Amino acid sequence: MTLPLASTTYVEATWILIVKSVVIFAVIFSIVPLLTVVERKVLGRFQARYGPNRVGPFGLLQPLADAVKLISKEGFRPENAVPFLWGAGPAIVVFTGIATLAILPWGPVQDIGGTPVGLYGIDVPIGVLYFFAFGSIAFYGLLLGGWASGSKYSFLGAMRSAAQLISYEISMGLALLGAIMMSGSLSLVSVVEAQGSLWYVVPQFAGFLVFMVAGFAEASRAPFDLPEADAELVAGYGTEYGGMRYGSYAMAEYIEMFVISGIAATFFLGGWMGPGPGWLDPIWMLVKVLALIFVFFWIRATIPRVRYDQLMSLGWKVLLPLATLNVVVTAILVTVT
Amino acid sequence: MSATGERFPYLKDAGEVVEVQRGPKPGGLGGAYRAFGETLRGLKTTMARVIEGPVTIQYPEEKTPVYPRFRGRHKLHRFEDTGLEKCVGCSLCAAACPADCIRVVAAENDPANRVSAGERYAAVYEINMARCIFCGYCEVACPFDAITMGHEYELADYNREDLIFTKEMLLAEPAERTPLRREGE
Repeated sequence: MTLPLASTTYVEATWILIVKSVVIFAVIFSIVPLLTVVERKVLGRFQARYGPNRVGPFGLLQPLADAVKLISKEGFRPENAVPFLWGAGPAIVVFTGIATLAILPWGPVQDIGGTPVGLYGIDVPIGVLYFFAFGSIAFYGLLLGGWASGSKYSFLGAMRSAAQLISYEISMGLALLGAIMMSGSLSLVSVVEAQGSLWYVVPQFAGFLVFMVAGFAEASRAPFDLPEADAELVAGYGTEYGGMRYGSYAMAEYIEMFVISGIAATFFLGGWMGPGPGWLDPIWMLVKVLALIFVFFWIRATIPRVRYDQLMSLGWKVLLPLATLNVVVTAILVTVT
Repeated sequence: MSATGERFPYLKDAGEVVEVQRGPKPGGLGGAYRAFGETLRGLKTTMARVIEGPVTIQYPEEKTPVYPRFRGRHKLHRFEDTGLEKCVGCSLCAAACPADCIRVVAAENDPANRVSAGERYAAVYEINMARCIFCGYCEVACPFDAITMGHEYELADYNREDLIFTKEMLLAEPAERTPLRREGE
């Protein structure tokens, strides 16, 4: 029996890894600010209005204006705050978000100028565990930030994130377990390659649904944005933050959304698979990720925020049994066939 | 006796009873199925707004069209043939004004150099737009149709003094034309 691990026989040179990380960093940091303005424009369209269209052509320079405004603000710290932890909160969420980007596969090992290069940050043999580990650490950022702010709204927001994490991470993991069993590997590259004949969204449709719903909760996006419910908690864990520290939380939310869409595309929508030559692979991946991000926006424009007990009962009474059932049925089918 | 009459015997008229239509109870598998269906219906509703397109009027570039009887900035009128002012300085508009924003000082017409068609004319005619409530009573009070309400609504300015419109300003045509609503719009 072969262990469910990726091939470790192929090792890339250090300089290739450095170039790859710089490229991934640059590309993602060009896309994430654009996502903010695209989200506002898309939301506008959903509400029969234009959205921002004053700054630059089609309002595309809006994120630049926002960033200049946020950076030039005074870095104010409340008196009650715990200094080090208060500053560490936003740093942790951004760091974990970026770290998870490293495992998103944008293509197989390809020949670029005579050098074989894998179009991914790194193909770790425990890919999914890496994603979940950093996803859990990201919540520490919210928790620490909320607790260290020394404000009741921040604290309540932080407690809500903790409860949300516990409720949804299990369903999220179980939802991916079906796809992992079918592919027989934890490595994201192998999972994509196993979907050559059929995307897992077809046999694992329940898993896909559960993963996306749990993903909304993980990224604290509407309708599960209770940690930052502005109607009741001012801004939840972010109440006491201003300037670029607040900006980091906002940016981390978009990175998180990108990562969850990327994982969903990898596990259920065939990753980089698509017609056309090999250099189109990253484009296909990007198209799938952006399509899933559009779903995030669409849901935000449609569904109002759920009540707290509804959030809990959905997580424990609907998603968890559904995910478990999906895992059991998949396990039986995988063993039989 | 009808079914509702039996259930509510204390009611004189069974027709008063309104049966409330209740949906199926939430929860359970059926509830989850219905919630899923309703979510899809909601997604369809929002997507329909995207297909319809925005209804925003990009204000500084496009202006909201007004109705023909819209009461905007006042206009003073002249006779088209002779070019004489219609206003004879009777001050009825100032008397009718509930906001007391019109100031009229009348003067006798010089027969050699007539300003208005009547005996007297308005030597000073000022409307304080900062006080005007655009009720249109001045227009109704005027016996010679000398003052009417126009369609201009962009009257903002930086100083209160600039909002006192003189006779020359009120006689002149407004610089920009406000679009009029089409029939049935």
